[in-house]
Amino acid sequence: MADEPGANVATTTDPEAAVGPSASLSNGKPVSTSNLHFANVKHGGDRSFRAGAIAAAVIVVLLVAFVGVFLAVIATPSLRRDTVNFFTSTQWNVGADAPLQFGIAGLLWTTALTSVVAMLLAVPVAVGTALLVTQYVPGRIGSLIGFVIDLLAAVPSIIFGLWGLKLLGPFLGPFYAWLQHVLGWIPLFSKGVESTGNVLTASIVLAIMILPIVSAMSRDVFSQTPRDHIEAALALGATKWEMIRTAVLPYGQSGVIAASMLGLGRALGETIAVMIILSQTNTPGINISIFAGGETFASKIANNAQEFDSPAKTGAYIAAGLVLFVVTFAVNAIARVVADRRVR
Amino acid sequence: MAKRIEVENLDVYYGSFKAVSGVSLVVEPRTVTAFIGPSGCGKSTVLRTLNRMHEVIPGAYATGKVALDGVDLYGQGVDPVAVRRLVGMVFQRPNPFPSMTIYDNVAAGLKLNGTRNKAELDETVEKSLRSANLWNEVKDRLGRAGTSLSGGQQQRLCIARAIAVKPDVILMDEPCSALDPISTLAIEDLIGELKEQYTVVIVTHNMQQASRVSDRTAFFNLESQGLPGQLVEVDDTETIFSNPSKKATEDYITGRFG
Amino acid sequence: MSATSTTLAAPGGGRRAKDAAIRGLVYLSAVVAVVPLVWILVSIVSQGLPAILSAAWWTQDLAGTTDRKAGGGALHAIIGTLEIGLVTAIVAVPIAVMGAIFLIEYARGTKWARLVSFMVDILSGIPSIVAALFIYTLMITLLGLGRSAIAASFALVLLMLPTVLRSTEEMLKLVPDSLREASYALGVPKWRTVVDVVIPTAFSGIATGVILGLARVMGETAPLLILVAYARNLYLSPTTSNMGTLPTMINSGRNVAEALPGYERVWGAALTLIILVMGLNLLARAVARASRLKDR
Repeated sequence: MADEPGANVATTTDPEAAVGPSASLSNGKPVSTSNLHFANVKHGGDRSFRAGAIAAAVIVVLLVAFVGVFLAVIATPSLRRDTVNFFTSTQWNVGADAPLQFGIAGLLWTTALTSVVAMLLAVPVAVGTALLVTQYVPGRIGSLIGFVIDLLAAVPSIIFGLWGLKLLGPFLGPFYAWLQHVLGWIPLFSKGVESTGNVLTASIVLAIMILPIVSAMSRDVFSQTPRDHIEAALALGATKWEMIRTAVLPYGQSGVIAASMLGLGRALGETIAVMIILSQTNTPGINISIFAGGETFASKIANNAQEFDSPAKTGAYIAAGLVLFVVTFAVNAIARVVADRRVR
Repeated sequence: MAKRIEVENLDVYYGSFKAVSGVSLVVEPRTVTAFIGPSGCGKSTVLRTLNRMHEVIPGAYATGKVALDGVDLYGQGVDPVAVRRLVGMVFQRPNPFPSMTIYDNVAAGLKLNGTRNKAELDETVEKSLRSANLWNEVKDRLGRAGTSLSGGQQQRLCIARAIAVKPDVILMDEPCSALDPISTLAIEDLIGELKEQYTVVIVTHNMQQASRVSDRTAFFNLESQGLPGQLVEVDDTETIFSNPSKKATEDYITGRFG
Repeated sequence: MSATSTTLAAPGGGRRAKDAAIRGLVYLSAVVAVVPLVWILVSIVSQGLPAILSAAWWTQDLAGTTDRKAGGGALHAIIGTLEIGLVTAIVAVPIAVMGAIFLIEYARGTKWARLVSFMVDILSGIPSIVAALFIYTLMITLLGLGRSAIAASFALVLLMLPTVLRSTEEMLKLVPDSLREASYALGVPKWRTVVDVVIPTAFSGIATGVILGLARVMGETAPLLILVAYARNLYLSPTTSNMGTLPTMINSGRNVAEALPGYERVWGAALTLIILVMGLNLLARAVARASRLKDR
């Protein structure tokens, strides 16, 4: 650590300095009341350090602004040249030879479906584990279970993708066949792609990926239930479940909602696992079955990562990326608002 | 070393709110002065203006004069940081730096101001710990964390830390209110010794402590809620507690309010 | 009035049954949650262990081999992942820490802090693919530079910056103001107080945040896919256009048939990556635990 410039005080000619030096300055010269006047009001070190902190903050703000503006600027020409409706079309022909066509309807459907199904699967399980750890098995074993679930969050998404593609999908294949056989008359369960790389597999993997976040936040919220509410319920002779129903769940309601929205945000933006698992289809139009293949916003961009050669093409993918960015931001913002409201 | 403090017409503001109004008093060197008064009367605020610590709160400022041996601490071009090296402070809750050992805590003021010489640091640490009546208890464990001591010991550690930078004045803001009675007595004994070398100003809400420990006592009060605090009376401690001249003072020390 | 006999028996059958059913469901959910993790770890270890147990795995790259040919190792991918991670951290951590210092030590409560905090929130919500796209359009489309490991690092900086900034911010908030005051009262200037008192006190928490941020970033694949091409050879310079990394190594082999040598390598790479990421996570926990013990 270098010595700071400190308060640069001239004391050598000051007669009072010789009399009873008390405190010392950084440069060893004594500070006495006589030389207070000549000290710098702002130390040199203070000025540059503060400048550094402000610079960092400015960098952050500029980065965000830059990203937004930049992406919008690159996407706009392509959006203008788009010959089909961006929001309702399922066409995606961005090659240089044909007129530019790109629409995100198919992406919207697949993204929404995978994320919603993932949430439907993950939230109940997450709430269950949170209740287990906070109400049923607190203590060391409970923390161990919580630790194991949190460990799931550390697994990189590409590994989830690999596992989902090679192991989970094939394992669930017979189950899918049976499900399709039994419920195939419902459009949601109608025929999809042949392989197991379908929306349902992707959703299950997404659910596993968002489980730790939702569980951890729910655990947090449930463990903060005021003791008096719990004891009041128990004192009335409630069973454990009744106590949870009357004290823990109502208190933790908004927390669980916030947690679910955060999980949703994560699911929406998940790229690699979906890219690896979900089979791409070339048929236009939307197949609404959960056994269908398809692409989400994120996986479509990733699947075509090698092909950003023309500005028009790149612009189309960036337009999709922008939509994803806006949607994820909105979901996260709602989650924060819900969480903050609870804290009041 | 110990200096004389002269406060002249001090007003303290938090933003537009006037917290303290028109304080004037003199503190002689090598004495202990106690500030007493009910909660919220401004005694801690005034204490903090003596080392310009109130300026740490955004929007807080003081007008008037606070002079140390004649030199106005609020004069043009005076550096608050330099002021604080002359006027030290001990806080209500002991606050040793948790990331430092006992040795490093005492040496913190010196080290952070650039002193490097190991011999000098060793000597100052020992001297300060002795002056704070803590040396014998910790001399074999200077390498342990500052937070490994008991509450009373931690406060003495903070006192040692404050005197290690050789200030002229030591300010104490209710230094015993977080301590048990035995540690409190130990600190009060210590204050009796410290006044041989330093000027001491102590804020206390405990009147018995004020009468035990101080030579002079200043009584602060609020006229009523929402109005600024004021210095009502300052005099020799014996006089304040046996024969105060203001009725408000008498009411306070006899327990009629506060 | 009939004598009401109060018995101390358990509540009626219906309520009891429901309670037991819920208890069963709750335990079941724990099982459902734990099973995937165990399954993933077991399969990765069993499929990938043979590959990583050879010395060649850690010392050779895949130059000259294909998915059909055995031999070689993952050195290029391991070095690539570590190098890109390191560059990312070197750029992201100082900005993140100084940004947190701005929010807590200089601008706490002001409207500037709210603005910057809002921006950090937006930044943390940027999906990795969008961050990669941004760097792509900036560096490659606009500036005409080619793909490179550094470009990938910059995209990863966008992802690491908000997480490290937020966790540092939380740690700084935990440092009690009384410590800052004690330092000011000793006549220590503000910057010195931050550097020598506040940061050391918050240090292990900050370190934990950095390690966790690094672990997350090392597993990110999207920026690597878009910004640096996968190479089978070992390249060291960050400005090369091709560099192998563990995630892209896995991705490049994901469709290899089971019988071929390349298949085992994919699992080996997955295991190596998990070891790296889990290792960092456990390191972060150990750092956090050690600091708590030190305060005793």
